[in-house]
Amino acid sequence: MFPTPIAKTSRTWQLTYQSLLPLALILWLLPLISILIFSIKPDSDFTSGNYWGWPSSFQGFANYGKVFFESDMPRYMLNSVLITVPTVIGCMILSSMTGFALGVYRFKANLWVFFMFVAGNFVPFQILMVPVRDLTLEMGLYNTKTGLVLFHIAFQTGFCTLFMRNFIRALPFELIEAARVEGIAEWRIFWYIVLPLMKPALAAMAVLVFTFIWNDYFWAVVLTQGVESQPVTAGITSFNAQYRAAYHLMSAGSIVAALPPVAMFFLMQKHFIAGLTLGAVK
Amino acid sequence: MTHATLPDISPAPDKRSWWRRNQIGLSPWLFLAPGMLFFAFYVIFPIFQSFQISLLDWDGLGEPEFIGLQNYQELYYDDAFYTSLWNNMLWLVLYLAAIPAGLFIALFLNQTVTGIRLYKSLFFFPFVISQVVVGLVFTWFYDPTFGLLNVMLGWIGLGPINVLGDERFVTVGIILAGIWPQTAYCMILYLTGLNGVNPEQIEAGRLDNAKGWKMLWYIIIPQLKPATFIAFVVTIIGALRSFDLISIMTNGGPFGSSRVLSFYMFEVALSEYGFRMGYGAAIAVVLFLIMLCFIIYFLWSMYQEDKR
Repeated sequence: MFPTPIAKTSRTWQLTYQSLLPLALILWLLPLISILIFSIKPDSDFTSGNYWGWPSSFQGFANYGKVFFESDMPRYMLNSVLITVPTVIGCMILSSMTGFALGVYRFKANLWVFFMFVAGNFVPFQILMVPVRDLTLEMGLYNTKTGLVLFHIAFQTGFCTLFMRNFIRALPFELIEAARVEGIAEWRIFWYIVLPLMKPALAAMAVLVFTFIWNDYFWAVVLTQGVESQPVTAGITSFNAQYRAAYHLMSAGSIVAALPPVAMFFLMQKHFIAGLTLGAVK
Repeated sequence: MTHATLPDISPAPDKRSWWRRNQIGLSPWLFLAPGMLFFAFYVIFPIFQSFQISLLDWDGLGEPEFIGLQNYQELYYDDAFYTSLWNNMLWLVLYLAAIPAGLFIALFLNQTVTGIRLYKSLFFFPFVISQVVVGLVFTWFYDPTFGLLNVMLGWIGLGPINVLGDERFVTVGIILAGIWPQTAYCMILYLTGLNGVNPEQIEAGRLDNAKGWKMLWYIIIPQLKPATFIAFVVTIIGALRSFDLISIMTNGGPFGSSRVLSFYMFEVALSEYGFRMGYGAAIAVVLFLIMLCFIIYFLWSMYQEDKR
């Protein structure tokens, strides 16, 4: 293990390390801690200039209550859910098939198709902006959740294919060979043999795509406008415009908006990290 | 996946049906079809369309007019374009600092003490949070009237600076906000990488009296190569895609000095500055060509890896 395990070092360094850890963490998360404190402060703290000090009174319930019951936030959150969940499901369906095709079969165009997906995924998505917006308008899906979902599914398929293909490559190929010798149809091999083995990879991918889509801001701004279809990332900006300089409410709103991916991360931590490393780093 | 209706070819030399014989050859394409169609329709095809649109004078609604390379000619004389290009380069270079920073934190956290798992996940936190929120938080941090940065600068007797209102500091200020979550990402990549480092080589290194920096440079970092590669890929992509933070923190200002190509094209094509789709597409094409250099390099590396 590198660096030298702490247990094998001098007592002084052990103690220093133990006290350094929480300090470093607080410093690292200071921006988040500050908005957490902002979000429970009363309005008066900001007018009296008490920005960074201790809250003069606990107003957490009042602030969050306002966010939940007196603003469009719940609506935006619902939109986000209705955009994110179908996208995740769509990506899982499409990429389990593309990943299977590219991971299991050896055919001439295999690598080229794979590279097409990878390259498309690396593209700066601004180059897609004008045509995709136009396409969405023409299909009558501008400013609908469906329009956003369809695009997200398509774009994320690139990343998801890369991910699933790498995973399937690592599966024991003998299993599939054996099934073929038995004369089992290819789609049965996919459905009954490979798909069950893909479960952990699908879970990892789902968590990751969930976070990406939930946090997407660019496409939300390009393809939607207004409270009936915008997700929470775009909604928070209009929320902030509405409560300009109401720092306690803006903080509370931001925290509410950021919470679902955070919760997802903590619940599915193992999958999440496996996903981030693209399965390439073991 | 309904392969039920198959053409039944009567007595063939091979007694199996047509489908049975060609199953292995056709299956991959059937599995690929839905994903590929979607991807081609929404991603591949629009890339080429952007090239085409960049040759037009078009407001997105009326009749487009073909003007050849005039958009590119205009770019050549556009000062705002050069500002954006320069800022993009700055993003690319400075953003890479997230990689060594991530490695540093990963080394710091690669220990086995009680609660270290919780520490690792809390350190990763910034990456999970939307850039919109990160931008908001950093805007307050930099705020000239009450921002914590100026409070701290005050302690050491330095005057208040308006980071986001000053053309000299604004881009660096935004990049720093972006590096924060990106470092968290690189950290997690390296933490997983450090897990897989061969302990025998470390022992061998220790016997050879390699310590500290030497050990890190000659034994550890070479073994972290896969992690470094992914960190490099995601950081470059992140730097070239930067949009959210700029949009939230400064909206391109002051006086357009914090624009990058992706933001400038958005402004040109979709905001009150007029709907100039062709000009926006031309900017996007330039951005794409920059990215293409990296994409080719990435694919080439992956190809080398695949051959082995």
